[in-house]
Amino acid sequence: MEYIIEMLDITKEFPGIIANDNITLQIKTGEIHALLGENGAGKSTLMSVLFGLYQPEKGVIKVKGKEVKVNSPLDANDLGIGMVHQHFKLVHNFTVLQNIVLGMETVKHGLIEMKEARKKVMTLSEKYNLFVDPDALISDITVGMQQRVEILKMLYRDNEILIFDEPTAVLTPQEIDELMNIMRNLTKEGKSIIFITHKLNEIKAVADRCSVLRRGKYIGTVEVSDTDKEMMSEMMVGRKVNLKIDKKEVKPGEVVLEVKELSVKAKKEGHTKNIVNHVSFQVRKGEVVCIAGIDGNGQSELVQAITGISGMDLGKILLNGEDITKKSIRYKNTHGMSHIPEDRHKHGLVLDYTLGENLVLQQYFTPDFQSRGFLKFNKIDEYAKHLIEKYDIRSGQGSITSARSMSGGNQQKAIIAREIDKNPDVLIAVQPTRGLDVGAIEFIHKQIMEQRDNGKAVLLISLELDEVMNLSDRILVIYEGEIVADLDPKKITIKELGLYMAGSKKEEVKHHE
Amino acid sequence: MNEAKHKNMVGLLSSIFAIVVGLLFGFIVLLASNPTQAVPGFFTILTGSFTHGLKGIGQVFYYATPIILTGLSVGFAFKTGLFNIGTPGQFIVGAFAAIVVGIRGDFLGSAQWVVAVLASIAAGALWGLVPGVLNAYFNVNVVIACIMMNYIGMYLINFIVKGSKTLFDSLRNQSLSVDKAAEIPKMGLNLLFPESSINGGFFIAILAVVLIHFILNKTAFGFELKAAGFNRDASKYAGMNEKRNIILSMAIAGALAGLAGGLLYLAGSGKHIEIVDVLASEGFTGISVALLGLSSPLGILLAGLFIAYITAGGFYLQLFEFSTEIIDIIVAVIIYFSAFALIIKTFIERFDKKRNGGK
Repeated sequence: MEYIIEMLDITKEFPGIIANDNITLQIKTGEIHALLGENGAGKSTLMSVLFGLYQPEKGVIKVKGKEVKVNSPLDANDLGIGMVHQHFKLVHNFTVLQNIVLGMETVKHGLIEMKEARKKVMTLSEKYNLFVDPDALISDITVGMQQRVEILKMLYRDNEILIFDEPTAVLTPQEIDELMNIMRNLTKEGKSIIFITHKLNEIKAVADRCSVLRRGKYIGTVEVSDTDKEMMSEMMVGRKVNLKIDKKEVKPGEVVLEVKELSVKAKKEGHTKNIVNHVSFQVRKGEVVCIAGIDGNGQSELVQAITGISGMDLGKILLNGEDITKKSIRYKNTHGMSHIPEDRHKHGLVLDYTLGENLVLQQYFTPDFQSRGFLKFNKIDEYAKHLIEKYDIRSGQGSITSARSMSGGNQQKAIIAREIDKNPDVLIAVQPTRGLDVGAIEFIHKQIMEQRDNGKAVLLISLELDEVMNLSDRILVIYEGEIVADLDPKKITIKELGLYMAGSKKEEVKHHE
Repeated sequence: MNEAKHKNMVGLLSSIFAIVVGLLFGFIVLLASNPTQAVPGFFTILTGSFTHGLKGIGQVFYYATPIILTGLSVGFAFKTGLFNIGTPGQFIVGAFAAIVVGIRGDFLGSAQWVVAVLASIAAGALWGLVPGVLNAYFNVNVVIACIMMNYIGMYLINFIVKGSKTLFDSLRNQSLSVDKAAEIPKMGLNLLFPESSINGGFFIAILAVVLIHFILNKTAFGFELKAAGFNRDASKYAGMNEKRNIILSMAIAGALAGLAGGLLYLAGSGKHIEIVDVLASEGFTGISVALLGLSSPLGILLAGLFIAYITAGGFYLQLFEFSTEIIDIIVAVIIYFSAFALIIKTFIERFDKKRNGGK
């Protein structure tokens, strides 16, 4: 059997932690090989070893049966290994063509010679059905197009082994389908692909084989066609996971949060379009309303306007019938609004504070924790311990652990504990499971559904379509700052939702009065 | 080990290490300028303060008083996420306010020195308040606003002192001496350290250190200020009033620097406002003190004492025929490298992390 790449018995240790423990990964020529694992399972470390960023303590790497030493990414490139990073590495004010040749420009008499490069790029894009406009600026093209540019970059460098690191995170369902086709085309032409992901659907759809890592250990490699998703997720997590959510029937009650004609003007110079354009909606008791949309369509600005973190230019916000448009963040915080922020490091936590201090970040001034200006540290500690136990927040030293040293999942749990324990009327959760592993996702989904079942209003903003479909009672699709659809998740498919999100389908949104 | 205690240990270690590095470089400068006298010279820097016994120690406390306070000013602002480089300006307006009350306020009787000190606090607070307001409401960079306020303060006070018949001593081109009642009482320290310039101002500085320590670590107000210092976005998200906090924080920092000026010029040690176009060096030294003390009030107290000690020791270098400029350079080099405590701290932490496996 012909392997193009073999990583045999790779062990990579960091002080105190074994990131890769005796891992073997063998990639056949012309296959799509999925690398599956939770966050922190060691996928990135393994790829960094392959890419020459880390040197393993043990183990060998073979390319086409020959043992090689990869000391730097340049070596990797010479061996024909290329990578599309999760966050694209493109120069935004350069054209597509300039980005592709960047670092490999042909120079004639000290001047850049683009003719040859253009020809090669055009041939490649035709051969692999990767159509792009070589003269368009990166900042003007869609994320899906930018990804194509990244792929072309690898092809231009004649890479044989292509690594895709979580490539679908930023794409719509339609774009994901296209990407899958591209990947199939690439393998048809003899390229080999390593596909890093934690989405089982995609593995099922496109991969030939799948290797699973868990906590730095190699669990096994399976033929995708003989395996089902349950089996793979069990391999990944180490136990049976239930991501299906049992939704109780809850009849939505009265309106808790109402947004009327909210607009946010563009702050950047030269942009005249509103980032959020006359958005109106209501969230009722006992209902999860989800705002779905591709990243960057105004969701963040909408939420920040509602919560008061940044301003709004037009419109009204009502909480329990009270106009809170002009109220301070603290007023909203203490009058029934909870907010799980999009960026837990930027907004959610003071990383240099302890876990306990973070848990009272919005309540330290209340008589429970403060008297005559002095903090009651024993009360804070007590409360922190109570939350830590109730929400199973794990940390090294309990309430005195610095928030910075906690894992992402537990940081998020701390925020959720803080926000939910306030007993809010409306919970605004923005991408609450971003970057978390399956166990934490399960927990957070359960908490959100519990809020709903207890008759709270929940406004969920998410980019994960599975999450959107599973949790919500109503889906509002946002596209270029406007609500373009108000959908019932029971009556639509993920595909249809994707069309709305991409702006290619619109419906007349009924305005509730 | 308890995490907080461990952190303090790392802080102390890095400051001591920074001092050692500073001394080493100071020694190199000594060697370069006069190799034969370098070793005894170095010894003098380290022990010079003791040359005159208790008087010398008293002098160290006297020198330390203003720089502890300016250090506290910088350190406090830094803890709240602001860089107060306006200490020279706040210092001099504080000094000015103090001597105005000290010269003209003879009707106040025995309360004159108290009122003079309070005036210095108020003037410094005002000078700190302006950059705070500009930053909070008009998004003007604090550093730039502070630098401007430094020059405005210096020239304005020179202008007023020079133009005022009741404040100006035209013979010496400096301000007049303050009334006896405006001088800060010795509070018994003159008995402990005879003949030195030490006075009750040192107690006031200690009081300020304790007060700031309490505000930062025990109060809800300090909790807010520190939260803003660590992560302004998160403090805003949590509903803290960031504009108010910026303004208050700068005003308090200014008040501390103003107090430093007041205490020094009311010390009764013959210090007068001289009409020269130079920013007060005590203000800038405060930055070094804050860096060496890693912005913690207790650390600043120790750092202020150390820098005063080295400065006092430096005077005695003249015995070895080092010119005063060289002495200034050597002391500056020591202080300069001592300020690297923060960098050394990051090194130690990184090393720590490696050893403990990133936990």
